[in-house]
Amino acid sequence: MKETNLEALETAFQAKIDKDIRIEPKDWMPEEYRKTLIRQISQHAHSEIVGMLPEGNWITRAPNLRRKAVLLAKVQDEAGHGLYLYSAVETLGADREATIDDLHSGKAKYSSIFNYPTLSWADMGAIGWLVDGAAIMNQVPLCRCSYGPYARAMVRVCKEESFHQRQGFEIMSTLANGTPIQKALAQDALNRFWWPALMMFGPNDSDSPHSQQSMDWKIKRFSNDELRQTFVDVTVPQAEMIGLTIPDPDLKFNEETGHYEFGAINWDEFWEVVKGNGPCNADRIAARRNAKENGQWVREAAMAHEEKRKAKQAS
Amino acid sequence: MNNDLYTYTLRIADDSLILGQRLSELCGHGPILEEDIALTNIALDLIGQATTLFEYAATVQNEGKTADDLAFLRYEHDYKNVLLVEQTNGDFGQTIVRQWLFDTFRVLFYDALQHSSDTQLAAIAEKSLKETKYHCKHSSEWVIRLGDGTEESHSRTQDALDLLWRYSDELFFMDETDQAMIAAKVGVDLAALRPIWMERIQEVVQAATLTIPTNNWKQQGGRLGKHTEHLGFLLADLQYMQRAYPGMQW
Ligand SMILES: [Fe+2]
Ligand SMILES: [Fe+2]
Repeated sequence: MKETNLEALETAFQAKIDKDIRIEPKDWMPEEYRKTLIRQISQHAHSEIVGMLPEGNWITRAPNLRRKAVLLAKVQDEAGHGLYLYSAVETLGADREATIDDLHSGKAKYSSIFNYPTLSWADMGAIGWLVDGAAIMNQVPLCRCSYGPYARAMVRVCKEESFHQRQGFEIMSTLANGTPIQKALAQDALNRFWWPALMMFGPNDSDSPHSQQSMDWKIKRFSNDELRQTFVDVTVPQAEMIGLTIPDPDLKFNEETGHYEFGAINWDEFWEVVKGNGPCNADRIAARRNAKENGQWVREAAMAHEEKRKAKQAS
Repeated sequence: MNNDLYTYTLRIADDSLILGQRLSELCGHGPILEEDIALTNIALDLIGQATTLFEYAATVQNEGKTADDLAFLRYEHDYKNVLLVEQTNGDFGQTIVRQWLFDTFRVLFYDALQHSSDTQLAAIAEKSLKETKYHCKHSSEWVIRLGDGTEESHSRTQDALDLLWRYSDELFFMDETDQAMIAAKVGVDLAALRPIWMERIQEVVQAATLTIPTNNWKQQGGRLGKHTEHLGFLLADLQYMQRAYPGMQW
């Protein structure tokens, strides 16, 4: 009897999904669907927050007042994205602080790209252009994700990401059209961020275990390889437009398919970075842990004061 | 050029720039995500104020310099900010107490400056006053929360006040430049603001169960370009790109 109930619920759930009816927090959902979303959305939230660090590095060294203000606002937007996403995770019954503790313990992952260092001002251009650009490819389809709160968060986030992407490209094109030293900075940044940006779409479809189920649930709409291909097709002409060279000797345009073919991705490097062995994993986690530890007394003070205030009001 | 007006404007601009720079060090490292966003907002407002003020100072100076030239390419002793704003962020208590001492001053200052006979300064003050009132509300509320919170937060906040109090006097520093600007009805008589500032500080101190330090030793010199050791390091970061890659457009 119970089993038939569950089966009926699952069938009704899938029927809703197939009809593109959004799933909302109070609706019944399979446990696996909930778990998958908690994992994916909290990873996404962590990526936004950890992603503040490599760019945060350059705020105090931004080359002029305008760039400083724009970069501050950009990194602040990422904090805002983190906030919406943590709220979306909480609608699934997860606790924000607990998911953050999972990040700090290494249990939860975040986008591997943020474990690469930002070594010059040009990296602010490369990150906006490539990393926010890749994020858009991943996130635009998520605006139609079957889970309502996630989809709505993504609509807000995507608007800002495309703004970041344009700003990043504008930094790159300014450098590429600048002095030879500036152009070299831009090329060097592209060289360092190109491959990690391609890795942002995740493993090849053949090695991606969760993909099919996520597709059926309409959490995912396109496969990793499809998204990566779209990104390459869009980005290569942009690089050409500003006179920079994609660091891939195997890159070529296939007239028949209308797509760029690109060289092999170094998946060993990808998995090492995911495992924690990237150039900056330890620094990034240490910075987030420090922020939490240094803020402990502040959060306690705010709570204690609030309780005292309430007690005073009651008496 | 009008030297007094230039110096006067630069002093206001430098306060905003240096404090904005300090706060921007914290972006991505705030104690709570919401507070990370709030402090970044304040940093953005301050950098915005600095930009308009430097643009105006460059016009007054009339040597063909840009706002960025003034912000990034002066030597340490040419910066005229008060010592308070260049002090390090320390813990969150120190960041907030520094902000609150400054914001409380700034609200009164802009409130008076919006009636300046210099229409540019008056307009900048009027616009900046709105955001500064919000900053002041924010920092005052935090001082109260922290002072009144737990034993630990109380003692940390009291320590911050003890440390920073010696720099508060300089907020009211005045010299011939100020006298000339007051005479021209451009500048603000800071002596007149001081009692109101003290009253507002005391209100918050009381609500926060803190104590105003009895040590009245005062530090000053920033307005004349004599700084603490902290400023040089801050400028090394701030000016890095302009010094390492001179004369380029970014
Ligand atoms: Fe983002
Ligand atoms: Fe972004």
